[in-house]
Amino acid sequence: MKDEGTQVWINWSFAVPALVLMGLVNVIPIGQAFYFADGFSALPLDTRLVSSLKNTFVFTLATVLIELVLGLAMAMVLLKPLPGRGWVRAAVLIPWALPTAIMAMAWQWIFNAEYGVMGDLLYKIGLVSSPQIAWLAKPGLAMAACVLADVWKTTPFMALLLMSGLANIPDELYEAAEIDGAGPFRQFCFITLPLLKPTIALAVIFRAIQSFGVFDLVWVLTGGGPGGKTQMIALYVYDTVYRYLDIGYGCTLTLVMAGCLALMSGVVLLVAGREEA
Amino acid sequence: MRPSPWARLFLGCSVAVIVVWSLAPFLWQVITSLKPPAEVVSVPPTYWPSSPTIASYFKIFENRPFGTYIVNSFIVALGTTVMCTGVGTLAAYAFARLSLPGGKWAIRAILLVALFPPTILIVPLYKLIKAIGLLNNPFGLILPYTALNLPFTIWVLMTFFKQIPKDIEEAAAVDGLSRWGTLLKIILPLSAPAVATTGILVFIFSWNEFLLALTFISRDAARTVPVGIALLSGVTIYEVPWDQISAAVVLTTVPVVLMVLAFQRRIIEGLTAGAVKG
Repeated sequence: MKDEGTQVWINWSFAVPALVLMGLVNVIPIGQAFYFADGFSALPLDTRLVSSLKNTFVFTLATVLIELVLGLAMAMVLLKPLPGRGWVRAAVLIPWALPTAIMAMAWQWIFNAEYGVMGDLLYKIGLVSSPQIAWLAKPGLAMAACVLADVWKTTPFMALLLMSGLANIPDELYEAAEIDGAGPFRQFCFITLPLLKPTIALAVIFRAIQSFGVFDLVWVLTGGGPGGKTQMIALYVYDTVYRYLDIGYGCTLTLVMAGCLALMSGVVLLVAGREEA
Repeated sequence: MRPSPWARLFLGCSVAVIVVWSLAPFLWQVITSLKPPAEVVSVPPTYWPSSPTIASYFKIFENRPFGTYIVNSFIVALGTTVMCTGVGTLAAYAFARLSLPGGKWAIRAILLVALFPPTILIVPLYKLIKAIGLLNNPFGLILPYTALNLPFTIWVLMTFFKQIPKDIEEAAAVDGLSRWGTLLKIILPLSAPAVATTGILVFIFSWNEFLLALTFISRDAARTVPVGIALLSGVTIYEVPWDQISAAVVLTTVPVVLMVLAFQRRIIEGLTAGAVKG
């Protein structure tokens, strides 16, 4: 029999390959970012940083809010017993599973100013006076296009998270409410929403962090344009490093971004924690 | 209580709207890819190809290195899947079953790291990959993809391993099986479904990843599909070959669509296990 100390080392050795890889890829780079970061004094004067932070916050807020509402509706429908439910769920998963960058090309085609189907559809139902709409060349419309494409892509994930939360609410609560004469709307407000709150908080943190780091979708769809109006913080970091070849300042911007993310998750955790208490 | 006819009609309509919304952007690419080049740019757009053709599918293989992109993507995605499930299984087994002082803290640290999007790693990670000479090399993607997927893999597999009754392992130990023997002959066969689930999700992630593939690979012949397509353009910016792009979009998404159709239940289980319990 080996002594206990040796056994512990042998046990840890099972986890060593994984820990080494994660340390190399996830932890060391963060340390390096601190080491190479350079040009802090330029931060307060950096108007591009301010505008890209603003764009990213607008994008994050809009996508997460819309996804939450649509995802909740989707989750409630998908939980009902339906014929062919497996097929419906598979269809819903497709936007989540398709490559973001590639679907961004698809959206670019849908939003094409001359040949795009989006303008034609809106024109056919009489919402716009001309089918030719320069979606990606007008600031507000370009941001709306980014938000729509992201909502399409990530609502299924939100719906899945909320589905597992909804499935955990005991049926007896709804039956009791029914007996007490509460309609579907009151049941939703007084049973579903309060009991779903922890799941919602988790899903929102998760999605907000992902949304804040958005890169591929916007880089392919608008390239940050028109005139930087959809430039997100990740695109700015990318530009700084690969177009202006300024790695030091790129690391500084990375740290700003990481700080925002830490702050965001902190605030959401705090709010969720207080409401639960 | 049976739902009223109105409630059922409402439910049916909602399902129809959800399905159409989910599939429409993809189906529009399928329709576009079947149109001849002149019809692709017709105004107003036609909603069904007047004379369907698959010529654009041949063009992407003849005029562009699309086949190479696909092969590269398969190498990277399969390599990552094998490496991640292998390394992840070992670690998950250690965290689930072996006595590891401080193991709980290690798991918490791993999950915390996983919370942050890879976007913030990109700059320093680029320097690292460059320093070890793996730019333009499939391993330059396989290694970081594996690391990025490990937290999720370890978590899902660990949760699963913990559900396997300990008696089975104890019996195996009495019969003289070593730790390795137990893992290979008892635990792995029992947890094949969980390993498959994580493998599918890791494959989809690696097949789709864009940012790292864009920054670590600059040689066209080493590119993966998403980057290859995103950078696909005509001779001038005014001459974007949309028929070919949509054919490429459809071909690239087909493996993923097939996986979703085949493994819908596993994917949902894996995603909810990975996110909610975390």
